[in-house]
Amino acid sequence: MPSQVLAEVVGLRRTGAYHHMTLLAPGIPEATRPGHFVAIAVGGEGSGMLLRRAFSIHRATAAGPAGGTVEIVFAVHGTGTRWLADRRRGDKLDVIGPLGRPFTLPRQPVACVLVAGGYGAAPLFTLSEQLRARGCRVDMVLGAASEDRLYGVLEAKRSSASVTVTTDDGSAGIRGRVTDPLAEIIRAAGADVVYACGPMPMLAAVARVAAEQGAHSQCAVEEAMACGIGVCMTCVLPVRGRDGVTRMVRSCTEGPVFRGTDVRWEDVGTVPPDTLGAPVAGGH
Amino acid sequence: MGPGARPAAARPGVDPRAVDMSTRLGTLALPDPVLTASGCAAAGRELAPFVDLHRIGAVVTKSIMLQPRSGRPTPRMAETPSGMLNSIGLQGPGVEAFIAKDLRWLRERGIRTVVSIAGGTVGEYQKLAQRLRHEPGISAIEVNISCPNVESRGQVFACDPFSSASVVGVVRRHTPPDVPVLAKLSPDVTDIVAIAKSVREAGADGVSMINTLLGMVIDPDTMRPMLGGMTGGLSGPAIRPVAVRAVWQVHAVLPDLPILGMGGIRTGRDAFEFLLAGASAVSVGTAVFNDPHALARISTELRVLLAQRGIARSSDAVGLGHVMQARHVQAQAARRSAQEEAPR
Repeated sequence: MPSQVLAEVVGLRRTGAYHHMTLLAPGIPEATRPGHFVAIAVGGEGSGMLLRRAFSIHRATAAGPAGGTVEIVFAVHGTGTRWLADRRRGDKLDVIGPLGRPFTLPRQPVACVLVAGGYGAAPLFTLSEQLRARGCRVDMVLGAASEDRLYGVLEAKRSSASVTVTTDDGSAGIRGRVTDPLAEIIRAAGADVVYACGPMPMLAAVARVAAEQGAHSQCAVEEAMACGIGVCMTCVLPVRGRDGVTRMVRSCTEGPVFRGTDVRWEDVGTVPPDTLGAPVAGGH
Repeated sequence: MGPGARPAAARPGVDPRAVDMSTRLGTLALPDPVLTASGCAAAGRELAPFVDLHRIGAVVTKSIMLQPRSGRPTPRMAETPSGMLNSIGLQGPGVEAFIAKDLRWLRERGIRTVVSIAGGTVGEYQKLAQRLRHEPGISAIEVNISCPNVESRGQVFACDPFSSASVVGVVRRHTPPDVPVLAKLSPDVTDIVAIAKSVREAGADGVSMINTLLGMVIDPDTMRPMLGGMTGGLSGPAIRPVAVRAVWQVHAVLPDLPILGMGGIRTGRDAFEFLLAGASAVSVGTAVFNDPHALARISTELRVLLAQRGIARSSDAVGLGHVMQARHVQAQAARRSAQEEAPR
């Protein structure tokens, strides 16, 4: 059950192209699992920016000296995230969490590959810890447009059987996309599960490669949300259900983690004609 | 409050806990004047972790249609100054699934429920009313004749007095007499009073004002409309003055017509403004996205604000703005004539 708390900023620092924020948010970390997210109100009380910003939880620590903390990693995209990056220690933020459906962990100690684009890596480290605690082998693939947009490479190296880095411009690691070396990494590790978080086109490609290699995939999507709690219906994407029927599904309540084979990646941003209740002619 | 009553503001303050917050929308009695707004609370369930749904006025459900509906492609929203634009396109599971799951959930918990219905034709509204009429646990029907996110946007029922009346009349005829029917009106009309008159004549027990305003945002980077549906409905505090004006105009002409007021309410002060303009109750929509606890907070703020002004019952504030304005005009006239009569 999510709660709404007035959280205190207890840490904020730059990390490459991103910002890392630690929030004292009593009640939230206790219920957090890897893949959960928080929705934060921006701009202060009475702000003209009404929509909450959603951030995946990087780390949740239940037992802090003054209560539990949650950590987020974000990039400045617009006025809301700019305001957030300008906060100071001691400032208060209206935070709701934990939200969404987290990653599902395998029952058996199988090999897993964790794939991230940019700061999509943020939620994968606690996932990695929990997987390894179950005896799973963890390999990581971290990609970004350029070196400064990579996140958590050192942390990944400390905790994974192998780390592969890719950048679009070749400024670090292999020049190319995360999916270029992915098939080989899945094969080498004998991985059964691929976990991914990052932009939609990357997730689409990861889900495809995983399926080709016979691995399950779990993808955490980054859809724009207005509320984060399931009431606004803005963050939908076409998802095939167990009954084979495609529905427009909320990524905040039914996601953000989806099975890679359930999402109709090529149709994201559209309503496929065979969706339940799709417009018959001309749109609605 | 009649024009002869003492001005409420002159009374000494009352204890906020003693303020009677109950109100009525036609035959429907509500313990609190703050309701959810259609399309901003799903069917209530998702808000339950944040607000006690038994204590709010009622849950107004997202508009339900006869058949399941996918809604529009994403992006479905854009943030705008003190507001947002949405183009959801009435996504919903259809009335059968709604009754089996959502309405059942609300009914089992005894939560007061206003069911919002939407259709593409008068016949669809009739079938919806017929399907719902034997379902217990419905406090009122809100007839959404004004959603801008439909194919024939700009030609929604609520833009034409005759179409509005046709839809509302048919829903009224097929709804149990003890269940009030509210017509949800669009602000995108030249004369909202004319529409209100026509739906009242067609049997509406009240009106809900206002739905979103039709708007558009163009992305300067892609240089094309930002929303998947191109146009969308503007909501949030940005539209509040438009909504207050609409409520004021309709209440001025139809003072006995119950009004459920909505449009950008974010604080108790905002809700008070709607009561002063003539609304008997209010719906809180977009503010819930920002603060899921908003309904309870707004109710408390309104209670305190009424107490500070010595208003013992929230229903005493309904339309009070008109009374105060009339007194103000009278007092000015009296002063003027006194000055004219005074010897130089």
